[in-house]
Formats: sequence, C-alpha cells, structure tokens
Amino acid sequence: QTGYTEPWLELYSMEWGLREDLRDCVVAAAPYGGPIALLRNSRRDKTPSARPLLEIYSASGLLLASVPWKSGQLVHLGWTAGEDLLCIQEDGTVLVYNLFCEFKRHFSMGNEVLQNHVLEAQVFHTEFGTGVAILTGALRFSLATNIDDLKLRRLPEVPGLQKPPPCWTVLAQDRVTMVLLAMGQELFLLDNTSCSVLVRHFGNLGWACAVSAVTTCPWQPRGPLGCPWCPQGCPGCAQAWGSCRCTRPRSRQRAVVLAWERQLMVVGNSSESIRFVLDEDSYLVPELDGVRILSRSSHEFLHEIPEASQEIFRIASMAPGALLLEAQKEYEKESQKADEYLREIREQQLLPEAVGQCIEAAGYEHEPDTQKSLLRAASFGKCFLDKFPPEGFVRMCQDLRVLNAIRDYQIGIPLTFTQYKQLTIEVLLDRLVLRRLYPLAIRICEFLRLPEMQGVSRILAHWACYKVQQKDKSDEEVAQAINQKLGDTAGISYSDIATRAYDCGRAELAIKLLEYEPRSGEQVPLLLKMKRSKLALGKAIESGDTDLVYTVVLHLKNELNRGSFFMTLQNQPVALSLYRQFCRHQERETLKDLYNQDDNHQELGNLHVLGGYCQRRIEGRVAALQNALDEFYKAKNDFAAKATEEQIKLLRLQRHLQEELDKPYLDLSLHDTVATLILDGHHKRAEQLYRDFRIPDKRYWWLKINALATRGDWEEMEKFSKSKKSPIGYLPFVEVAVKHHNRYEAKKYAPRVPPEQRVKAFVLVGDLEQAAEAAIERKNEAEMSLVLSRCSPGTDGALAERLNRARAQLLKK
Amino acid sequence: MALAGRRDAPEPPDFGILKRLARDQLVYLLEQLPGKKDLFIEADLMSPLDRIANVSILKQHDVDKLYKVETRPGPGASDQFCFLVRPRVRTMRFIADVTCDEWSFYLLPLDEDIISMELPEFFRDYFLEGDHRWINPVARALQLLNSLYGPFGKSYGIGRCAKMSYELWRDLEEESDTEGQGRKPEIGHVFLMDRDTDYVTALCSQVVYEGLVDDTFRIKCGSVDFGPDVTSSDKSIKVLLNSQDKVFSQIRNEHFSSVFGFLSQKSRNLQAQYDRRRGMDIKQMKDFVSQELKGLKQEHRLLSLHIGACESIMKKKTKQDFQETIKAEHSLLEGFDIRESTSFIEEHIDRQVSPVESLRLMCLLSITENGLVPKDYRSLKTQYLQSYGPEHLLTFHNLKRIGLLTEQAAGETLTAVESKVSKLVTDRAAGKITDAFNSLARKSNFRAISKKLGLIPRLDGEYDLKMPRDMAYVFGGAYVPLSCKIIEQVLERRGWQGLEEVVRLLNGNEFCVSDSAVEDNPAWECQRVILAVFLGGCTFSEIAALRFLGKERGCKFIFLTTAITNSARMMEAMIEAKA
Repeated sequence: QTGYTEPWLELYSMEWGLREDLRDCVVAAAPYGGPIALLRNSRRDKTPSARPLLEIYSASGLLLASVPWKSGQLVHLGWTAGEDLLCIQEDGTVLVYNLFCEFKRHFSMGNEVLQNHVLEAQVFHTEFGTGVAILTGALRFSLATNIDDLKLRRLPEVPGLQKPPPCWTVLAQDRVTMVLLAMGQELFLLDNTSCSVLVRHFGNLGWACAVSAVTTCPWQPRGPLGCPWCPQGCPGCAQAWGSCRCTRPRSRQRAVVLAWERQLMVVGNSSESIRFVLDEDSYLVPELDGVRILSRSSHEFLHEIPEASQEIFRIASMAPGALLLEAQKEYEKESQKADEYLREIREQQLLPEAVGQCIEAAGYEHEPDTQKSLLRAASFGKCFLDKFPPEGFVRMCQDLRVLNAIRDYQIGIPLTFTQYKQLTIEVLLDRLVLRRLYPLAIRICEFLRLPEMQGVSRILAHWACYKVQQKDKSDEEVAQAINQKLGDTAGISYSDIATRAYDCGRAELAIKLLEYEPRSGEQVPLLLKMKRSKLALGKAIESGDTDLVYTVVLHLKNELNRGSFFMTLQNQPVALSLYRQFCRHQERETLKDLYNQDDNHQELGNLHVLGGYCQRRIEGRVAALQNALDEFYKAKNDFAAKATEEQIKLLRLQRHLQEELDKPYLDLSLHDTVATLILDGHHKRAEQLYRDFRIPDKRYWWLKINALATRGDWEEMEKFSKSKKSPIGYLPFVEVAVKHHNRYEAKKYAPRVPPEQRVKAFVLVGDLEQAAEAAIERKNEAEMSLVLSRCSPGTDGALAERLNRARAQLLKK
Repeated sequence: MALAGRRDAPEPPDFGILKRLARDQLVYLLEQLPGKKDLFIEADLMSPLDRIANVSILKQHDVDKLYKVETRPGPGASDQFCFLVRPRVRTMRFIADVTCDEWSFYLLPLDEDIISMELPEFFRDYFLEGDHRWINPVARALQLLNSLYGPFGKSYGIGRCAKMSYELWRDLEEESDTEGQGRKPEIGHVFLMDRDTDYVTALCSQVVYEGLVDDTFRIKCGSVDFGPDVTSSDKSIKVLLNSQDKVFSQIRNEHFSSVFGFLSQKSRNLQAQYDRRRGMDIKQMKDFVSQELKGLKQEHRLLSLHIGACESIMKKKTKQDFQETIKAEHSLLEGFDIRESTSFIEEHIDRQVSPVESLRLMCLLSITENGLVPKDYRSLKTQYLQSYGPEHLLTFHNLKRIGLLTEQAAGETLTAVESKVSKLVTDRAAGKITDAFNSLARKSNFRAISKKLGLIPRLDGEYDLKMPRDMAYVFGGAYVPLSCKIIEQVLERRGWQGLEEVVRLLNGNEFCVSDSAVEDNPAWECQRVILAVFLGGCTFSEIAALRFLGKERGCKFIFLTTAITNSARMMEAMIEAKA
C-alpha cells in the first residue's frame, strides 16, 4: 500500500476528447475544484463565419453544457465566486452565464471600449466580490471591483506605455484595488490617482514570475537588485504560458508556479527552484494549497506533502503515526509484532499524537483504501487510550465520506480536505445545488444531520425553483410534485417558488403554489406583480399587517378606475377604514366621494361641518353649514339638522353683532355670546337672544348672574333677582356673590333662600348666628354639625354651646 | 387562582430587558448612519425616548442636534437627518425621500409591573375609526413578551380586538421558528381585554392617590410635572412616579382619604429620625451623616412634594362640586335617583363647569342606563351645544358611534325581541341573533351585568377605606371595577364556565386557550404571575384594584396597556377639535 507521498496526484484522466491544443482555446477553470469553461478555436480561426462552441465541463471532464457562441469576439473567460461564467468580449460587453450555459445577464465595461476594444482582461476576486479589469486598445486600464454593484473606474494613464505590457495583474489590498504591470525593465503600480515605479532593473527574472509573486506578498523594495525570487535558469523575459501562486501548507510560505513550453517551475522565497517536465501543454489552476494542472488527457494536482502524511509514509519512518499504522497492520495479521510497535509508542507516551497523526493524514488522502487503513489504525490506537475525545475521529469519518462522494468521477469536484474546510459545507451544498445535484445534497444534509433550515429545506426550495422551469409537465403535476416533496417543511417559502414560476411565465402555476403558502402576507407582493390585486387585498387583510394593506390599496387605486376601486373597498371594511383614515389626512375630497357612493349623508354632513371650521369668514362657514344641513335632512337626522339650523342662525346674528359692536363674536357658543353681551352691558340684546333661541330659563339665570357678578353690576343683579321668581332658587345668588368676595351682596339673598338650603346659605355668607338659628329651627342634626364645624372655640363659644345643647336635646328624643 | 390562605405574591419578571433591547436596537439603527446627524422626533415619542436613551447616549452615537419633527432644520445643520416617527400619514408629510428602517420598539416598562405601548391613539383609531393598524404591534408585543418571559400557559380574553390580537399573535408564533423550549416560564397566564368591555370603570372619577394625581396633573410616561402650587417655589419639578419612590410606592394604591394621615405619620417618623442626632457622639454623628442623612433628605424631599400634591388636590377636589359629582356618580352606578342625577348633569352643563367633565357625566349616565331616554338625549345635547359650542355636534356623532352616548328607544325594543327570541330558539342561534343585533346597536347592559357580578357592594355600616375588604375600595367602596371583576372571576374559574350569561351581556368574543406544550405545573411560581393586557388603555384605579387582588390571592398582576388612560383622556379622544 502506498500513501500520499507523491507531490503529484492524478485527479482524473480527462475524457473530454479535446483535439485542439489548449493554448488555442480560451480556457477558464474555477478554483475549489470548479468547472472548466472552454471556447475552442477562437484564437486560430478569427473568421466571423465560424461559430465556435462554448462548452462547460466538470473538473473530471464531463460535459455539463454547451452552446454555440453567437456573440462577438471573446477576449477572456473567467468565473465569479458564485460559479457564474463571465465572457468578456472585445467590445467591452460582459456576458454572464450559469454553469449550464444559460444566459443570465450582461453588462458593459463602458462606452470608451466600443471604439478602442478590449485587448486583455482579467477576472479577480476581492472581499467585495468578483471584479473585472480590462486593458483597452488605448492602453488604458479600467476596472470594476464588484460586478454585482457595478461601478466602473478608469485608471490614470501609464506614462510611456507604447504597447500592451507583457504582464499585468490586479492587486487588491486593504480595500484598495490597483494594477501592477511590467514594462521594459521596470515594475509599475497603478492606483486611482497615479502610476509609480516600484522596482527598476529586474535582472533576468521572468516578468510573469515577478508579477505573480508580488501579488501574493506585499512588495518591499530591497534595493535595485534585491530580488528574492531570482532563480537560476529562468527563461529571461520569455513569456510564460501560465503562472500561478499558491501557499505551501507546511511552511506557510508562498510559492510561484510557472509553466512555459513543456516546463514547469516552482519557485519559493529562496533562490532555489524545482523544475518538472510536462508531457503536454498544460493550464494551471491555482488552489489554496497547491496547483491543479490541466491538460488534454489528464488533470493533476501538485502540492506540498502535508507534514502528517510525510511523517507516516516516509520510508522507514519511526514517527508515532507510522508505528501505529504498522501495529494495526500486524494486528490484523494476528502477529505479535503489533504489540511491540504499540509498546514502543506507549513507552514514549506518544499514543495520542499517533492517533491524531493518523486521523489528520487520513484527511489528506484521496484513495479510500488508504483513508480506511489510516482510520482503522487511529481507531485501533484509540482503544488503548482513556478519554481520547472522539469528536475529531467522527468528524473526519464524516468529512471523508462527503469528500469521497463529491470527488467521484460523476460529480467531479476534486476538493482537498484543506479546501473543503476553507469552503465550508454550506458553500459546498450551494455548489451542489448549482449543479442540480439535489439528491446528493440532501443525502449529505441528512448524513451530517444539518438543521432543516440550513439543510434539507433550503435544498428542497432550490429544487422546487428548478422544477417550476420544467415546461414539459402540466401546472397541476408540478404543483403537486412540489407540495408532495416539500409539504410543510419548516423554512420553505412557497411564495419564493411561486415568484420563480411567475418569472418563467407560468402564472397559473404560481397561483397554485401560492395556495400552499401559509403566511398570507408573503403572498401579497407576487399577487400584486401578477396583477391579482383584489386577491392580494384579501391576503393582505388576512395577514393583519396594515402596512401591507395600505400598499395594496394604493396599488389598486392606481390600477382601477375610481368606481370599481370604491366598489372593491366596500367589500373590505378593514381596507375601507384604513383608506378613510388616509383620506382624512390627505384627500378630503376623495372622502366625500367615498361617502357619496354609499349615500352616507350623515358622514357627508359631518364632513361639511368639519370643512366649515376651516373657513375664516362667516359667509364661508354659513355656506358650508348650509350644505351640511341638506345632508342632515337627507340622513333624516332631525337633531343634527336642527342644531345646524340654529348654528346658522347664530352665525348670522354674530356677523350682525360683529359689524355693529366691532367685537369678535365668531366661534363663541350661544352661551358665551349671550354672556359676552351681558358683560358688555347689552342687556336688551341678551334678552332678545334668550327669547329667539329659547334658552332654558335655568341656564339664562345662571348665565346672567355669573356675568353680572363678574361685571360687578350688583344693582342690575338685584333688579334681575326681583324681576320674577328665580328658576334656580336664590342659593346661586349667594354663591356667586361669595365667589366674587362680596359678602355684603351675598347677605341680601340669604333670607330668600328656601329653608332647606338656608343654613348652607348663612354659613356661606359667614353669618353663623343665623345659620345656627335656622338649623335649630329645622331640628336638623346634620346642619347643626355643619355649623358647629365652622365655629371657632374662641369667638363663637356661646353659639357652639347653644348648638350642642339643641343637638343633645334632639338626640334625646 | 383560588388559593387557600394568603401567600406572598411572587416577584415580577425583570422588564429592564425590554428597555435594554429597545436601546440597543436604536443604537444599532443610529450606527447604520455613520457620521454626524440631526435627529427629528415626533412630539409624543419624546418622553418614551427619554426613558430609553437619554441625550448623552444619543450624543455618543453622533446625534448632533435634536428637533421636533415639525421644525425645519436651521443653519449649521448636519448633512444627515434621522427621523424617529410613528407611522402616521400626517407626520410623513413633513418627510420626503427617505429610506426607512423600523425601530421595533413596542414596549416601554413604566414600572416594575406596568408596561405601556405608549399608543394613546389606539383607543380612537380602533374603537371609533375601526382602524386595525395597531393590532399588529400588539401581536408583536405579545410575541416579544412570550419569547422573553413565556411560554404563557393559559390565555384568556374578551373582546373582538383581543381575539384578533390573540389570533394574529398565534399566527406569528407559528411562522417564527424560534421556540423557547426548555426555558422556565415566568408568566403563567395572560388575559386580554378590550376597553369597550368596560367603559364604566374608565369613566369614573379616580380616588386612589395615583389615579387622582393622574386626573389632576396628568402622569406622562411614568413621570409628572408638579407645578409651582405643589412645589411651593416658582418652578416646576419633574418627578418620576414608580416603585423606586419610597414614599409614593406606599401611598399610590391608597384611597385618598387615608393618604394625608399616612403622610403626616411618615413626616413624624422622619422628624424622629432626624431628632436622633441630638444624643449622638461624634462618631455616631459621622456615621449618621455618611449613611443615613442622604436617604433621609431624599425621603424628605419626596415627602414634601407629595404633601404639596395632596394639598393641591384637596384644594381642587374638596370643593362642593367634587363631592356632589362623586355623589351623582355613585347614584348613577347604583341606578338610584336617575332623575336627580340628570338634573345635576344639566346644571353642570348650564354652568359651564367643564366641557370634558360634562361630557363624561353624560356618557356615564348613558352607559349605565343603556342609553338616554330620547327626551334627555336631545335636551342634554342641545344644552351642551349651547354651552360649549356647536362643533360638538361631531363629538356627539363620535360618541354615538362608539356607543358611549346613545339613545334608548331602539335598544329597548331590541331587548324585548331578544329575550323572546332566546326563549324560543337554542342558545347558539340566540347568540348569533344577538350578534346581529349588536352590530346595530351595541348595548352596555351595565345594570344587568352589575347585578350578576355583584359590582355594587351591599353596605352594612361604614366601608373602612383604610382596611379595604374588596376591590371596591378604589371607588370609595361604592363599586367594584367591572374589568377587574371579570378577570378575577375568570381566573378563579380557570375559564368562562358559569359566566355564560355575563359573556352574552358583554357581547361575547371571549376565549380561553391552554398551551398544551406548557406543562401545567401548579407548583411553578409562574402560575401566580398574570399578565393583564388592556387594549385601548387602562386606568390607575384598575391597576390599584388588581394589585389589591393580587395581594389578597398571593399572585402578581403585571400590566400591559396600549396607554395609561383616564376619563378625561378618553373624552378628549372623542372630542372633535375645530379645524
């Protein structure tokens, strides 16, 4: 059994039947074992009549999709982080395809390019997303750092640039994106504002090498000749066919891999380099922990052997992991050597390390048999350990099952363990979904016991969105199939699926799917989009979200004519009352129309009254009230009609008074109008109003004595009190006078107060003597107590005694 | 909650979390707008905002200046404006072209047992205009409380809005995937009630101290401005009224008649504590100054404020008017001397005592009597219009629509038909027919309900307000608040069984749902914590009554209300302002 000791690892033998040389095709392979896009013949045959084929293959060389290339001259292909294919054309148009060659959208890199053409382009990745950089025929660079939020930036001119630079690349650092380019013997850095020389005189280092290297580690100039990566035998300024960079996992140092002609060179930080001879023209795909080398017939992976693997599989290794592996093998053979090996490890107390090493090394293996033997060894070793945490082992078994499944030729995603951990399981699942490998994705979710929301239901939702695009099945069939699979799974949004169905032009299917959506609020936006506004209104109301109801109502208002809009509202009281609220603040006139429609004369009348108060002038108000009056009659509301009539009458009178007396009377109530007249001494007019408006006697008397007292017109008050018998009695006279601090006047009325209130009256005016008299006379105990409570012991001693005596006598009986 | 003997009521859950949540979310929203910005706030959000995040917190997050939303920014304004408003059409007019974010602030804890949604317009919007827009916030508030302190074991409720809110909340719970499983619930029961179930209680004059302070000075967001007549200086003082205030917490629930006695006792005690200084040596004095003096001074300050407030209330309320009003109110509640009360109200109007008060008495008369007799209905309204202005024609229209001031005629005939019908057909059908009648004219049926539930305590001798024996003490022993009585009865019966007739008289829409997922473990503390939800506002009298009930039964009531209300606020919500 051999282990993973070779730096070269054959991933797949490619069976894509490629006859052309790779260098004659435009190629792009996505990182993380992603798909390969290929446009054949495009470099050799530039006649417009030839229709090259754009093809997309899995990393194992299985054709995923192809489409004849009908658009313009293609300059560059590249993949986005989300595995969309970017096809950059000569005219600056960038076409976006998914990995099934289905066109998604396009955007342009600016008008400037239309004339100048794109000479070269690069796709790059930053923390913002995927970006595109182009070099135009005018030898100017433009770039967009995020194609999903397109903002084009034209970089400044590079002084002295006469022809396309032999090599350039995009550098993204600290949220700044720059272009690094080589020209002559110098290396330039081009940023938003300027172009500066980084290094002069490179010696004989290949430009490509330099540029690529710099992009991974910030360039620190070490003097004009201080080039750390200058390996011997570098092909001068020969243009490299491919170059890429990667990190060596063991040393954490970067390395640059260069390919030209049939040679491959790995250059590290030291001046040493490693060379390999290639059998075929190859295309390099940089990965996190190595480089994939793609040729017509094979797909290989070149990497630094991880430490754990090296320790175990090195010839004659005495590392604990290696010993454990041996021990387990011997154990299987039932040989006692197993014990010897094991003892050796345990004597050094390295068994936990040994187990850990085996587990780790298993992760780096691509051969299931080797994985198994390593894991078996780990499991064997674990038996001799107390409390060895099992999680790492279990986790590794799970991860390897997932990795083996996706590395399968049919699936063709050759992820290494390191890449897989970097990518995360969530993203891996997304990628499986993108490839429409739904069953595999679901099995992985179930196997890893992922929570439904992140796992199975998410994938089912994607499946459903794909399902609705299948035009060969009837709406009924599709809807049923989807509901059967999805059921009430948590986190499934039927409205999202329905939206997709509608976007594919299947309105009926969308409606059917929406019926499965339990949250009525979620149905509304799509129903609106589908112009099923009335249905949407019902659903919005059901959801209880009034914002949503408003949205639909305002939508309906624009969509329907006024009549049918109102009719729709009439059937939905909740919406109607919301709309009324809206109109009350925004559109009074519309509110009138609403009430007119259902002959609500009462509300119409109210509206007129309300409107009347906005009128400054009396005439305007009278007119508004007149309208209100008509409506109140129609509403058969006699009371309101009569009240309004009176009000009109009052207003007319007030206008008259304003003119005559030059004093504002508008906005006064009838009571206040009369009171104001009395206060100003217009007793006759007040009397007139009293009669005209049939003011009740009681009110008039209250009103008049209050006003007279305020005015201090005690003479008139006395006259008034004698004009006829007071309907409110005479106690109010006493009270009003006392309130205005006139005891003298108050005393005048006290004797006229009827006996049952007389005590109170005398107490009010402060005549305790009389109060006591009255109370004793009336033989009323409560009244006696009242008077007693007002007696102060010093001055009213005799009186108090008299009262006490009378009270005692009363109680005796 | 029929528990034998008294037990100490459990502690309420910690509602401070709600404040912290709201603050964190606000800070998060402010941080979405990096850099200096001016904040425009709607007037009625000022006080709540102040309780959640003070100016220094706002300044910390780059808020430069604060404006009311109606104002225009002056020169030197920041280039970013941030608006904090309720979703209302009229305020949105001031704002154009903005991006919106929602500050999902629903709940403001006013005290350790009171949470307010600070939505005073809920009452008018829902009960008068039939506007459902605040139901969603109510449901979301329940969802939040449920997620923090639940799951609630049992939910009860009465009223259409209560039912809708409950149902919407259940829908929201179903949609959301977070489940508070395994958490120990802190609130066992929730009771939702529509304000229109009981208008009578809200219309009564309040006589417990906190209610009186609210009626007299208006408590706003848990604090009150005591004016110069209280502080006996030339400036007003803003005082936070809650359980932290050691003086206030002891008198808030007391009948006003016992408050003065308590305060003077308290001041004597305080004086005694001050007086201890006399015999002290230097060390004792030092301890006294460093440990006690500050507390005593604080208490002294509060004490003098509350005494000032009491005096001010006394000045206003001990006038004859008030006594007579209370007397009239009591006879309305008991249903005696209706003629006399009507004349009292008429005189009240004629003398222009107060437009709000007059209106309140009219409504109380109407609601206790199932509407006014036609003659009174017309004449009182006419008198009112003459006294306070013709624009109140619209006010009356509102009051009629909401059922606070109605005419008897139609109602009488309905009752006759109804009682006949219900004898003839099954209960269920009768219920349906009753529903149909209700939509024509909602009747309060107060008299019948009062009789059924025994809301008017029979008096044998004087009611001792210092040692209350039932919830009636909050209205001087004359009336047990209907809303609280319903809650008491339902909790006692663990449902509506035996209250069918009352429910019918209350126009139905009752519900009682147990959450099967929550174990019904009577040993749990939470079984004795009840969340009372008032949709449309609740009064301090009701809060005092339920606090009393809780103390009697060894359970703790906590309150969630759309706003604190009282009779004046309710009337003002109905009054149609000019223009």
